[in-house]
Amino acid sequence: MINSKVFFQGLKSLQGSRSPAIPLAACFIALGALLKDAGFNLQQSAASSLFTYALPGQLVMAESLLVGASILNIFIAVWLVNFRLYPMTVSLFPLLVHKSQPKWKYYLSCHFLAVSSWLIAKDSYKKIDKRNRIDFWIGVGVGTWSTAILMTIAGYLSAEYLNKDMMVGLAIVNPVYFFCMMIGAMKNISISIAVILGTILGPLIYLYSAEWSLLFAGLIAGTVAFLFGEKNGV
Amino acid sequence: MESSQIIILAIVVTSLATFISRLMGAITSQKVSVESKVFNWFNCVAYSTLAALLGRMIIFPAGVLSESTLIIRILVVFICISIFIYTKKNLVLPTIISAIILSVLTSV
Repeated sequence: MINSKVFFQGLKSLQGSRSPAIPLAACFIALGALLKDAGFNLQQSAASSLFTYALPGQLVMAESLLVGASILNIFIAVWLVNFRLYPMTVSLFPLLVHKSQPKWKYYLSCHFLAVSSWLIAKDSYKKIDKRNRIDFWIGVGVGTWSTAILMTIAGYLSAEYLNKDMMVGLAIVNPVYFFCMMIGAMKNISISIAVILGTILGPLIYLYSAEWSLLFAGLIAGTVAFLFGEKNGV
Repeated sequence: MESSQIIILAIVVTSLATFISRLMGAITSQKVSVESKVFNWFNCVAYSTLAALLGRMIIFPAGVLSESTLIIRILVVFICISIFIYTKKNLVLPTIISAIILSVLTSV
C-alpha cells in the first residue's frame, strides 16, 4: 500500500545538515509553553498540534483566546492566516500525482502540509521516482508532524524552566529557517521576485489591514512575479 | 461556557479553518497539470504568501518575539542568511546561531 523504502527516505529528511527538526522543535517548544500560559492543559496542547499542525494559526488561536475573541472571530482569523496552505498545496500536489496511486492518500496526507514539509518536498521531489512521490511525501509529513506534536508536549512540560529571553530566542529560529529555505529556492527570476516582493508587501499591507495582509500581499506579489516570468519566458 | 469547553471549541474551529485550505488544495490539485500556467501562478502565489508571512513575522511579530527590538531581529536574520550562504546551504548552523544571538542580544 505504501512503499516503505521511499516512506523511510522521506522520514530521513529529518536528519542531516538541511534538517527541519531543530527549527520545528524550537517553535513548537515555544508554542507548548505559550499554550500553557493561555490556560491549555497538556492534552489540549498536544491535540492542537495534532489536529491543526500549522504554527501561525495556532498562535492566532492562543492570542485570540487570551484577549477573549469570539469563536467566529477565531475561525476567520485562523482561516485568513492559514489560507496560504491552499496555494501551497496546489503548487505541490500536482508534482506528486501518479495514476497508480489511490486518491485517499492525497486527501489524507494534505494534513501534513506545512511550511517546513512543503519546502523539503519542493526541494527534493525530483530525486524520487514519480510513481512513489506521494509515499515520500507521507514520510516527510509523518516525520515533521510527529516532531511538532512531541515538541509541543516537551514545551508544555518545560514551560517553567524557560525564561523570556530563551523564549524570544526560540521564536526567531523558525522565521530564520524559512527565510534560508526560501533563499535556497530562489532558482529562477519569477520565484525570486515572488519572494522579495512578498517580503516587502506583507508588512506594508499589514499597516492597512492586519487580517487581509497575507492574502493581498500573496496575490499581488505572486501575480506580478508570474506575469514577469511569462513575459520573459522563465 | 466553561473555559475548558471554549478551549476545545477553539481547537476544533482552528483545525477546521486550517484543514479547509489543505483539502481544497488537494481537490484543486487533481485538475491542475504541472505544465499549465495555472500551476506556475499558484507556485508564485504560494512563495509570495509565505514570504509575506515571514516579512510580517520579522517586522510585526506576534507573541514573545515582539519583546525584542526590530533592528536586532533584522540584524539576526541578515547574519543567519549570510551564514547559510557561506556554509553552502547548511540549515542547522544558522538556525541554532539565530536563537543564541537573539537570546543574548535581548538579555543585555
